[in-house]
Amino acid sequence: MAKKTVVSFRLNGVETDVMVEPRELLIHALREQCVHTGPHIGCDTSHCGACTVDFNGKSVKSCTVLTVQAEGAEIITIEGMAQGGELHALQEGFMQEHALQCGFCTPGMITRAYRLLKENPSPTDEEVRYWMAGNLCRCTGYQNIVKAVQYAARKLRGEAVETSHPLLEEAGKPSEPVTA
Amino acid sequence: MIPRPFEYHAPTSLNDAVKLLGDLGAEAKLLAGGHSLLPMMKLRFAEPAHLIDLGRIDALRGIGIDGQVIRIGAMTTENELVWSELLQQHCPLLVEAARLISDPQVRYMGTIGGDISHGDPGNDHPALMICLDATFVLRGPQGERTVKAVDGFFLGTYTTALAPDEILTEIRIPIPAEGSGWCYAKLKRKTGDFATAATAVLLRMKGGQVEDVSIALTNVADTALKARDAEGHLRGKRLDEAAIGEAARLAMAICQPAEDLRGNVEYKTAMAGEMTRRALRTAASRVH
Amino acid sequence: MGLEPNLERLTQLEGIGCARKRREDPRFIQGRGTYVDDVKMPGMCFGAMVRSPYASARIRKIDASRALALPGVIAVITAEELKPFKLHWMPTLAGDVQAVLADGRVSFQNQEVAFVIAENRYIAADGADLVEVEYEELPAVVDPRKALEPDAPVVREDLAGKTDGAHGARRHHNHIFTWEVGDKDKTARAFEQAEVTVTQDMLYPRVHPCPLETCGCVASFDKVKGDLTVYITSQAPHVVRTVVGLLSSVPESKIRIISPDIGGGFGNKVGVYPGYVCAIASSIVLGRPVKWIESRSENLTTTAFARDYWMTGELAATRDGVIKALRVKVVADHGAFDACADPSKWPAGMFHVCTGSYAIPNAFVSVDGVYTNKFPGGVAYRCSFRVTEAVYLIERMIDVLAQKLGMDKAEIRLRNFIRKEQFPYQTPLGLEYDSGNYETALRKVMDAVDYAGLRAEQAARRADPGAEWLMGIGVTTFTEIVGAGPSKMCDILGVGMFDSCEIRVHPDGSAIARMGTITQGQGHQTTYAQIIASEAGIPASVIQVEEGDTATAPYGLGTYGSRSTPVGGAATARCARKIREKARLIAAHLLEVSPDDLEFDLDRFVVKGAPGQAKTMKEIAWAAYNNVPSGLEMGLEAVDYYDPPNFTFPFGAYLCVLDINRYTGETKVRRFYALDDCGTRINPMIIEGQIHGGLTEGFAVAMGQQLPYDEQGNVLGGTLLDYFVPTAVETPVWETDYTVTPSPHHPIGAKGVAESPHVGSIPCFSSAVTDAFAHLGVTHMDMPHNAYRIWRQSHALGLDRR
Repeated sequence: MAKKTVVSFRLNGVETDVMVEPRELLIHALREQCVHTGPHIGCDTSHCGACTVDFNGKSVKSCTVLTVQAEGAEIITIEGMAQGGELHALQEGFMQEHALQCGFCTPGMITRAYRLLKENPSPTDEEVRYWMAGNLCRCTGYQNIVKAVQYAARKLRGEAVETSHPLLEEAGKPSEPVTA
Repeated sequence: MIPRPFEYHAPTSLNDAVKLLGDLGAEAKLLAGGHSLLPMMKLRFAEPAHLIDLGRIDALRGIGIDGQVIRIGAMTTENELVWSELLQQHCPLLVEAARLISDPQVRYMGTIGGDISHGDPGNDHPALMICLDATFVLRGPQGERTVKAVDGFFLGTYTTALAPDEILTEIRIPIPAEGSGWCYAKLKRKTGDFATAATAVLLRMKGGQVEDVSIALTNVADTALKARDAEGHLRGKRLDEAAIGEAARLAMAICQPAEDLRGNVEYKTAMAGEMTRRALRTAASRVH
Repeated sequence: MGLEPNLERLTQLEGIGCARKRREDPRFIQGRGTYVDDVKMPGMCFGAMVRSPYASARIRKIDASRALALPGVIAVITAEELKPFKLHWMPTLAGDVQAVLADGRVSFQNQEVAFVIAENRYIAADGADLVEVEYEELPAVVDPRKALEPDAPVVREDLAGKTDGAHGARRHHNHIFTWEVGDKDKTARAFEQAEVTVTQDMLYPRVHPCPLETCGCVASFDKVKGDLTVYITSQAPHVVRTVVGLLSSVPESKIRIISPDIGGGFGNKVGVYPGYVCAIASSIVLGRPVKWIESRSENLTTTAFARDYWMTGELAATRDGVIKALRVKVVADHGAFDACADPSKWPAGMFHVCTGSYAIPNAFVSVDGVYTNKFPGGVAYRCSFRVTEAVYLIERMIDVLAQKLGMDKAEIRLRNFIRKEQFPYQTPLGLEYDSGNYETALRKVMDAVDYAGLRAEQAARRADPGAEWLMGIGVTTFTEIVGAGPSKMCDILGVGMFDSCEIRVHPDGSAIARMGTITQGQGHQTTYAQIIASEAGIPASVIQVEEGDTATAPYGLGTYGSRSTPVGGAATARCARKIREKARLIAAHLLEVSPDDLEFDLDRFVVKGAPGQAKTMKEIAWAAYNNVPSGLEMGLEAVDYYDPPNFTFPFGAYLCVLDINRYTGETKVRRFYALDDCGTRINPMIIEGQIHGGLTEGFAVAMGQQLPYDEQGNVLGGTLLDYFVPTAVETPVWETDYTVTPSPHHPIGAKGVAESPHVGSIPCFSSAVTDAFAHLGVTHMDMPHNAYRIWRQSHALGLDRR
């Protein structure tokens, strides 16, 4: 076993030290040592994006980064998105637009979208799809994820936001057969 | 999906990196973006005793112009290529191609130098480098040397002209002539996949005829291929459907793809032809 | 009923029909979900599996000494270590047995051979690498048709001489069962007398549900108390408890199974897998918590595939397209162990729904289950048991017949639909469809997309010899069967497939409700509360819904086969009604009127004709704990175990328009219009989300998913590099629509929805792809419709010639 070393980084603004073997993957250090279990492991091969964290201003798949590479790094995870008790616009957007189901991909999705909107505050739907293509979701079909990112983009630009799913559109209507 | 133990080294200067590589020898591997190497280590297909991380050597990053040459540091990432206004202006082929590589997160980490040095015929930069007539700067204990991409740098699957003690430090690309057309046409199954087949084209027209054309193919042999016969056929001709068709046929003639889940030899060869047509047509439409 | 709905109170209630935002979301969007791999326990160790590189081999020797010598390795277990506990084999849900760890021989690649337990996952991985296994490779068989040849390699030596299986006689060493349903002779006569017949072979390839979270568990046995607690990725925690009890001889009262947050299931998490058993057995022996988490490759190549049905369909019809009979023959590849998740009595699940939405008078189906050297499974991937296969078969056959007759593919469906007035409808294969309105659905879709216009455009495209892109239009009008199921027909390991709900209303009027189902993304914590809100008048916002912990939830059969709403939802509605009826008695007591003089109005009981005299549920809840009529028990609680009288039959009409590049085989889905009828709609937002997801999984299956094998039994493409999971870029934009035809027997008329879009969309994609080539005589193309396979079709027709 190779000797362990101390690696220091800022995790969601907090100075953090971990003791790791060189081979320890960043996702394991975050989940096991730092107990930040928001980022998940979905594929091990850097295809699914569930382990996405923000790393020195880049979205990275932390299953394919060594913890030792994080020396001095600035890392943001889903746990660092909400500030001062307020949800981030993306978190709100994901809830309002029903952009999640099982929730397993959600931390990686939101973390990726966070960087995307920093780089491009007014993306088209096509750009959202293209720049979110490193994150797999098995539940939603992405349509509502695109809506959620656009919801957040609008909110971050200071525009008015509204869910596409009003509470009472169908409620109160009789559930009778619709006939021709 | 856990790598074997290894020692980690993070030199901050190129000299230190070269020295480490020389000292540690065959037991060491260079870590660039890591998105080819680390998955292979997790699968335990690669088991280096030492990893030398090039990520802390600032001199290896950046895109600049030096006279008529674009100079790209080997550790420049794919997204940096995608976002480079300099490249968009002077070498849009590289931007178009980088956009088709893997996915956003991988492009934040994956580097042009890593892609080239890995020698994987499925990687996209080898064909681009051949198409753009790039020169590689290699640094070893004896100093620096340069090798042109077309002069046998790519030797076979996972093998290149890089000596075990050498590091690829820089890529030099002659700026394509003003008004050239370009295209990277890539057929892939999905985001993140390697090409089933892809063709890079750089095209210069004069008086309605092909003045010069460069064509290179991805993932249809054990290295990227320069389609010399196809290029030769087109030079001096009008770029009509007949000429494009013959160029595609000549490009297909040099393909020797390996069958896999993407398709059999016949399909991949045919797709190399289709991508060549597509790239030539698109390049022609971009000539100005 | 006299009372106008009060919008303000309706809004506060957030009952059935509201697009209520999900209660699950706040924890997931903040990274506070608790999935199995997030569970950490003091002293927890980690298990890693040693797997066979061969598809068929005898194990000569297992040497664990080098692994055991590695510091941090705690133990290595093999079949030998499990034998004293009789845990080296386990029963499957299909009446077979499966090796927990290989007992002298392996029968599929990546089969479990040894389990290494270490202090952490890094050492466990190193230890697994050091276990040395000596194999003698044997011939393998991967094609189920070849497996039935007389001299085919024997997949299961442990069954030597066993001529009877769980489903009757076995006629060959690789034969598991033959299941026949329908009237064979009558169907044969209909074929003999038919004006027109068509026949078509089709393969539904082996695919995998591939939820984003892989399978895993944390087993913790307390040696002092004798209690076993298992956190597990299970869609059926109560069934797991019963299985663990059977296996371990620990009484079920000492076993607590917890399905925490589940990162998607889609059928993959119904079964009990060797990794779970090894973790549990190790924990019992070691007295320490043991965690086992699959890698993605292990998931894709060992835990529960779906489909792998080799089908031949035949239709008999009149010249003007009236169908007279259906005959189906299936060779079903079950892999090395029969670990299908089907109701015990039905080894091909509900495949007999294969007469579809059509009034077909005669039908006969025969399914042969076969062993091969491939990993076990046969689960329902986002569908009810084998319904996807059945719907695929009939929808493809209808298209084949239409082409033979030169009829339009929508027209032939309209001609053969079961009419609205024919429900309840008895099918020739023994099912009773509860309700449907198929023609309305299809006509609505045809109008929405301008079907005639699309066909005209297609005709013009076909007439243009220079067109690079071919145009295909796919139509499907499917009927699902979900909500398993009536206990007289459906059981798992002898337990009837009921489900349950328990509601406790607290003195302040808030409530906790627990069910025997388990959400994996469907949003039960949101929607069950809506049912209770509408039925019992308690605002959904103060109803806490809990599932998945066998220590607290009532017994239920779990969530798969779209059974939560049809069965669990019915139990919930009935349970809420029990609360309401008890509340009525208390309200009558408080208002000093007869219970019959009260009517229920959203959240209160009102004296008929005196709207001012009312008691709210909140007031009644308080009274339930201090002022009830004499003779009535205190408290406000209820429990309901619901054994459904029938299945429910959601249906839909889908239409797909796509363009295919004749030179490369690339496909672009231009339009996909999905109309679903799931009966009463509980939460339209969640329904739409379920449909988007099901369509996307259907798109993945149809266009790219497959787990192919080579002749030696090596599984190919077992990583996400090859196995197709579409990203946002590949996924089409979906258009959704609906009609509402409530189920007549379900308490609130709901039918279930999550699986319809998967079941219905897959044949729709095949229909569209085939349709692009139909004018050239192509009647069927097997999935997956990736560019390579489509190009081969185009190439065979010479369409790629320049």
